[in-house]
Amino acid sequence: MGWIGETVDSIKSIKIRQLLTQAITLGMIVTSALIIWKTLMCVTGTESPVVVVLSESMEPGFQRGDVLFLHMTKEPIRAGEIVVFNVDGRDIPIVHRAIKVHERQNTGHVDVLTKGDNNDVDDIGLYADGQFWLHRQHIMGRAIGFLPYVGWMTIIMSEKPIVKYILIGALGLLVITSKD
Amino acid sequence: MHSFGYRANALLTFAVTALAFICAIASLSDKFSNQNPSAEIQILYIKRFKSYGNDEVSLTLDINADLQSLFTWNTKQVFAFVAAEYETPKNSLNQVSLWDVIIPDKEHAKFRIQTSNKYRFIDQGHNLRGKEFNLTLHWHVMPKTGKMFADKIVMPGYSLPDAYK
Repeated sequence: MGWIGETVDSIKSIKIRQLLTQAITLGMIVTSALIIWKTLMCVTGTESPVVVVLSESMEPGFQRGDVLFLHMTKEPIRAGEIVVFNVDGRDIPIVHRAIKVHERQNTGHVDVLTKGDNNDVDDIGLYADGQFWLHRQHIMGRAIGFLPYVGWMTIIMSEKPIVKYILIGALGLLVITSKD
Repeated sequence: MHSFGYRANALLTFAVTALAFICAIASLSDKFSNQNPSAEIQILYIKRFKSYGNDEVSLTLDINADLQSLFTWNTKQVFAFVAAEYETPKNSLNQVSLWDVIIPDKEHAKFRIQTSNKYRFIDQGHNLRGKEFNLTLHWHVMPKTGKMFADKIVMPGYSLPDAYK
């Protein structure tokens, strides 16, 4: 029988009361994760408080798999800041440095040009057709903090979904069969 | 109670907590370093000054800087750049990056370089003739982990010629 047999036995021996307790525990874990995420959204003022670096365009400062913490305030964008922006027609936000800023008198309208530190040319080619500047509405936040390597798990999980299913399956099994 | 899974979980939780704590301390320790960077920039000459739709200048800079004091044990690199900053009737602030460099370590943080502008110095309009502007050396310290920080030295009193060339 061995390990598999014991697992099957322990699944069979589950009582309804225990099952409910485990369902609630699982629910608590999921909701507290959600609470933390939503709280972060409120505190940082941006839709995605944490992003994972996916490209090499900011190397050697940011490498693939590094995690960035974002913050969005009303303070104006200035040259040198690393901003995360969305371009119309692109799904994935880009993390690059602002190299030129032109801010209008009175209205606060701002024209920003960005460039990846590791790229040879600025980002005009990445923007939508006929777009030469980023404006306030494109910018989701500025990077303020940095944690290396932590994002690799999400990269692996999004590129190899099988890993994700195995992981979720294993965790699920662990929750079902655990007795404390 | 003392199953393998339970112990593995306790160990993992403790390891992650300890690592997070050490990262936080490393980031905090940056605050206690003494920073006294210095810089001096000269405009050697104006190569070109024209108006194609917008005013555009090409110039050669002499940059002399010492950013060694920015490096601590938690510093991965320093990104430094020189920007021209000025005000026009249309814009309350124009920041145009002219040159930048990634400094990987302390040994390269004291440098002197003569260079033409790496990025085009273009105004949004025709406001550059006789314009007074600041040259600002910005630096952006990227840590091995934790909070990034930035600062600058503003050098006022530069001006462009009154006529195109």
